[in-house]
Amino acid sequence: MTALADFGIVFGRVFFVIMFVLNLGGLLGWVERKQSAIMQDRIGANRAAIPIPFLGRLTLLGLFHPIADAIKLLTKEDFRPTHADRFLFSLAPFVSVFFALVAFASIPFGDTLRVAGREIPLQAVTLNVGVLYVFGMLSLGVYGVMMAGWSSANNFALLGGQRAAALMISSEIAIGASIMGVIMVYGSLNMQDIVRGQGDLLFGWLPAWGIVTQPLAFVLFLTAGIAATKRAPFDTPEGESEIIGYFVEYSGMKAGMFMMSDFLETVVIAGMTTALFLGGWQVPYLMADGFHFPGGASWTLPHLLVVLLQVGSFVVKVLAMIFVLMLIRWTLPRFRYDQAMRLGWLGLFPLSILNIVLTGAVLLLIGRPS
Amino acid sequence: MRLGQRFYLIEVVQGVLLTSGHFFRNMGKHLAHALGRKDARGAVTIQYPEERRPYSPRLRSLHRLVRREDGSPRCVACMMCETVCPAHCIYIVATEHPNPEIEKMPERFDIDLGKCVFCGYCVEACPEDAIRMDTGILEFSSYSRRGMIYTKEMLLSLEPVGPDGRPASPVPIPANRTV
Repeated sequence: MTALADFGIVFGRVFFVIMFVLNLGGLLGWVERKQSAIMQDRIGANRAAIPIPFLGRLTLLGLFHPIADAIKLLTKEDFRPTHADRFLFSLAPFVSVFFALVAFASIPFGDTLRVAGREIPLQAVTLNVGVLYVFGMLSLGVYGVMMAGWSSANNFALLGGQRAAALMISSEIAIGASIMGVIMVYGSLNMQDIVRGQGDLLFGWLPAWGIVTQPLAFVLFLTAGIAATKRAPFDTPEGESEIIGYFVEYSGMKAGMFMMSDFLETVVIAGMTTALFLGGWQVPYLMADGFHFPGGASWTLPHLLVVLLQVGSFVVKVLAMIFVLMLIRWTLPRFRYDQAMRLGWLGLFPLSILNIVLTGAVLLLIGRPS
Repeated sequence: MRLGQRFYLIEVVQGVLLTSGHFFRNMGKHLAHALGRKDARGAVTIQYPEERRPYSPRLRSLHRLVRREDGSPRCVACMMCETVCPAHCIYIVATEHPNPEIEKMPERFDIDLGKCVFCGYCVEACPEDAIRMDTGILEFSSYSRRGMIYTKEMLLSLEPVGPDGRPASPVPIPANRTV
């Protein structure tokens, strides 16, 4: 009975995370269309509708468009070029989507939930090296892109794959080096511990979120993170006006999977930024037993409500982060390939090294915030 | 480049502030519209097939042949329009008019709209004011080139644009249009 309950709990945790990421990724197609439309004084996709007899058409703000897209992609011809490598060509989109999907696993979406004498960590997988895991899965995702570029037997796809690899190296180094500062401040590679550390208060009133303790690392991580998602302004691997990109030979749902993996990576980057810099599931002044405001006032809350507030706070932060990422994607034009490289190697990388040095110096002088 | 522009981050923030300003302003207007303020419009979009912007009265749209009192064409088959047409898209075959006071009338008056460039020279050249381009009809299309040839009967059946700027007659569909 306990074994079954344990299995059920693990299944529930994984199910929650995978449904959250998959549905959000699918919905991002709609978010992207609508948000860009509203930013540009347009209306956006609103034509897909379910006709209801005598009442008119149910459009639901264009929410049927992702479904219509999926149906269209699934029923399209699955074309494979004659000289393409059969196995790798079919494998590439699955690799791309898989690593984008599993990367979210070690990002905590809540504190420990205590129900019926059990302690359930609200995290799909509890890993001691959670940061490295997310980071590693994110960089493995580029293998799918490179495989697509190589196996398509198309020079444009090859160029796209090569660009993706180069961009990934230059951005991953900046991501890793900027995360170093966060790891130094909170003293752990465990995502849950990092988020718990962000619940402390600086000077008695300021939540010690990563964005407060590591503002430079936040900017560097966000920039490199956008580069890691391969979306504008860092969409040189795609570069639809120069080379069509690594997925030039793909059609049907395989092309859709590459698009999907970009959206999933956006969700992962938003989740990682939330966990590392925006306090994860932390609500300001909310402790395990309720609110404790800096003035001395406190408000005791039941455990379940606290956990609900925390999960809600995490979801809201991820959604807000996705909004910001979309805003940047629809504001900035694409960097030229050499500009993106220069920004990665000569801008982000030295600055993140500087951030590590500064963080180390400050920690040596004043010690860890506790 | 100034140092601030070279650093780029300030420029990025300015750009994001501009676009997010548009987003929140338009979102507020959309919300006000949804809550009943029908004059608030968050977008400049005109939903084309359902909504149309009013056409200019000078718009050159699908041709029509003007009718006499008895319904016969006012055209006297003088060939002026056929001669002036830069696209050579008008074909006229003349015949006798039953009324001896009117010399001729067109037996056939075909316009190949696949060739027509909508310059309006035929309207200006016509001495009888028999051809006009004031139907307000813009959406005529066909799956074949033959289907773009509009005959005398079809052109005679058209009415001028209504006072509301909407076409008063439906798009005539050629009898030999495939599908």
